[in-house]
Amino acid sequence: MREPELEGIVESPWSGGGSPFAINSKKLGMWLFIVSDSLTFSALLISYAYVRLANPDWPRPFEIWPAIAKSTAMTVILLSSSLTMVLGVAAAHKGEVKKAVRMLLWTIAFGLAFVLIHATEWYTLITKEGVTPWSNPWGVPLFGGTFFGLTGLHMLHVTIGAVYLGVIAWGFGKGKFNADHVEVSGLYWHFVDLVWMFIFPMVYLMSVAPRSGS
Amino acid sequence: MSAEAAVAVVEHEVGTKKLFVGVWVWLLGLTAFEVFLAYLRLPSMIMLTILVGISLIKAALIVSYFMHLRFERLGLFLILVPAMVFCICMMLIMFFPDSVRLMNMRPH
Repeated sequence: MREPELEGIVESPWSGGGSPFAINSKKLGMWLFIVSDSLTFSALLISYAYVRLANPDWPRPFEIWPAIAKSTAMTVILLSSSLTMVLGVAAAHKGEVKKAVRMLLWTIAFGLAFVLIHATEWYTLITKEGVTPWSNPWGVPLFGGTFFGLTGLHMLHVTIGAVYLGVIAWGFGKGKFNADHVEVSGLYWHFVDLVWMFIFPMVYLMSVAPRSGS
Repeated sequence: MSAEAAVAVVEHEVGTKKLFVGVWVWLLGLTAFEVFLAYLRLPSMIMLTILVGISLIKAALIVSYFMHLRFERLGLFLILVPAMVFCICMMLIMFFPDSVRLMNMRPH
């Protein structure tokens, strides 16, 4: 959505050049951040692929039940949070403040549920299976390093996102922030969801344990 | 501009609920398919190719509809995506020759 002061100067990129992309500066800033952050995650994923290829006996520890079932549930939760987020942004643009705040709170709740399930999974891996960032019972210490590095950075993004959305929901409900703020926070949240769409198949689905007996 | 036309503009710019739910259902469906492939336990390279392909489709759906890039000016897409793709390709230039060498160096 355009800010009112952009009307008129956005009709042609050359008539003033004040807003060649017809978006506000907050949104452009968030997009540029997203591009740089996606390169951070790309570097981590590519280095994970590299060390994995270099190790002929990379472990595949994730059983369909419970690890894959759990991470699939986390994926569904994160996708649903994106749906509530986008509905919240649409409500914010239509001026339905209460509905927008409700949708933002749902998004935060889904985000926290994701972190909670993820934390229980980490807890099981660390305490029951003895996997740490520097050692594990399967003899390839890098497994723990890449696993905790990738999922940990992503979990940090989700946690920061939940706090960010909390601030936005509070400020939007009070009338301090406008719909553009909600939309920009939505961009960040969808990006965190998007990153998980790569981590989930690369880290979990590529490491499904072979069928027992085969 | 009449009231209906104004509403139509808003709907065009932010998308409709039906569209968003549709995209969400597609994303869930693709996820279910990925998990099914993991259940089948296909050979690693086939699995990797299909999973990366599906992930790129899912990323494109999220970026175009949820992140709204499809409804922005082409210029915004052009300053963001090609530069990012170029940088990732530069990372992969370091990656591919070495990874093939590493695979061939494995003990047989």
